[in-house]
Amino acid sequence: MSACLLEATGICAYYGPTQVLFGLDLRLAEGGITTMLGANGAGKTTMLRALSGMVRATGEIRFRGEPVLGQATEDIVRRGVAHVPEGRGTFTRQTVEENLQIGAMSRRDRKAIPGDIERVYGYFPRLKERRGQQAGTLSGGEQQMLAIGRALMLRPRLMLLDEPSFGLAPMIVAEMFEILRTLNRSEKVSMLLVEQNAALALDLADHAYLIETGRLVMSGPSAEIRGDESIRRSYLGY
Amino acid sequence: MELLLHQVLAGLATGGIYACMALAVVMIYQAIDHLNFAQGEMAMFSTFIAWQLLQWGVPYWAAFVLTIAISFLAGVVIERTVFKPIHKAPVLTHVVMFIALFAIINSAAGFIWDFTIKSVPSPFGTQPLFGQRLISAHDAGMIAVTLVLLVLLYLFFRHTRVGLAMRAAAANPDSARLAGIRVGWMVALGWGMAAAVGSVAGMLIAPVVFLEPNMMLSILLYGFAAAVVGGLTSPGGAVFGGFAVGVVENLAGTFIPYVGRELKLSIALFIIVAVLIVKPSGLFGRRVVTRV
Ligand SMILES: Nc1ncnc2c1ncn2[C@@H]1O[C@H](COP(=O)(O)OP(=O)(O)OP(=O)(O)O)[C@@H](O)[C@H]1O
Ligand SMILES: [Mg+2]
Repeated sequence: MSACLLEATGICAYYGPTQVLFGLDLRLAEGGITTMLGANGAGKTTMLRALSGMVRATGEIRFRGEPVLGQATEDIVRRGVAHVPEGRGTFTRQTVEENLQIGAMSRRDRKAIPGDIERVYGYFPRLKERRGQQAGTLSGGEQQMLAIGRALMLRPRLMLLDEPSFGLAPMIVAEMFEILRTLNRSEKVSMLLVEQNAALALDLADHAYLIETGRLVMSGPSAEIRGDESIRRSYLGY
Repeated sequence: MELLLHQVLAGLATGGIYACMALAVVMIYQAIDHLNFAQGEMAMFSTFIAWQLLQWGVPYWAAFVLTIAISFLAGVVIERTVFKPIHKAPVLTHVVMFIALFAIINSAAGFIWDFTIKSVPSPFGTQPLFGQRLISAHDAGMIAVTLVLLVLLYLFFRHTRVGLAMRAAAANPDSARLAGIRVGWMVALGWGMAAAVGSVAGMLIAPVVFLEPNMMLSILLYGFAAAVVGGLTSPGGAVFGGFAVGVVENLAGTFIPYVGRELKLSIALFIIVAVLIVKPSGLFGRRVVTRV
């Protein structure tokens, strides 16, 4: 197995007094795509939030060897973790291009930013056509592309993607997953993908975690999980 | 006709001050979703600082710039020490904190500089501008300074990186954090800028209303009225509201019998109530639409 980019051990997470995660472990390989699957309310979003410091959590998280648990979200993000949140996090009153500039806000190499904006437009030509438009007026699919584009503007090492296919037409989803594959290869971005669409996610990812009510059920190479009928039936429902 | 024009211009001059106060209130409201009742007292205290500098013999425009800088820093410090620790606390906590801040600043000013009224010189003079009778030099100067300030603020928020970061942090704090923006510092910066803008308003209006610890009470009320007219979420609306309220106030005071000087203050309250009844989100405000 290749080098470890992120390692989380014994993650417990809480909303107020309610515990939602119960000692989850997670290892993400450098350069890989990992998917995290589970039913509604299993704690997938919460796990992503724990990784980017948005929810109270205990345990240990090492990103590129350095402990990051307990750090502010901004600081974790600045280490190269781009979180594309559930709901897309669009800055609705700002234009598409301003949204991309916001994504690059923490970068010091300002000269490279216009070039990166063009690169994002290269992946998502539709955003270029709408560069001056208020982002809140984009369609759901376009806003999802914008969210991924904004994340790319960070030049991240790791992208946390929370249900990027949510509410999108099948054709758009296929297109977007193709782009994610390309990004993974050509931009060397590792990914942790949370998905409802298990078949598609297992297709894209090389490793998979299955969680249920905040606990790990099993993990393994995607191919293995895809091939296991009983798991597919009982957990993935296809 | 000349009286009308004269009153409109005078209204625009004080309207600029209301616009600045409204803008200061809106800036903080956008950042933390609360109305800063102490905005006027902060501006009053800044004006005392300017007066003190002038007493020490600092030239007017040096004192002006220095006061802006001191006010900016004070705004940042107030946010960091008092409001950052309670930023997740409910509305009532904030209200209590604003009232406390109001009372503390008010009595501190009274304690340091006492409650006797002081006169602050106008850098423009009080003579009519160029010898005509329509507008005084000070009123013209007020309009000019507020316009310059507003244009600078517009350029800052529209065309600089930090301005965009501040807008992003105010619009969607969670998403801004995920872009690596230090939202807490953007809020502090907003406080600093609001305090600085307020200090300009205080220094400009002081030659007109005289300097004393309660000088900003009515001014802030008009500022609130302006902000409400604009809808609290729209900086441009707040500025428009400021000028509109200034003109309405002046015209009503002159042309509606019985209003006169004494009842002018109730005009501010009347405007607030009327706008809230007719259009709760203000003339330029966004209604908060919750998806179901
Ligand atoms: N802000 C919150 N306050 C309290 N409880 C919450 C909060 N957010 C989530 N929860 C609870 O935590 C549990 C896990 O939620 P989470 O959003 O992580 O699930 P999920 O796996 O992402 O589900 P979905 O597939 O529906 O997005 C749920 O039981 C949910 O009710
Ligand atoms: Mg979720």
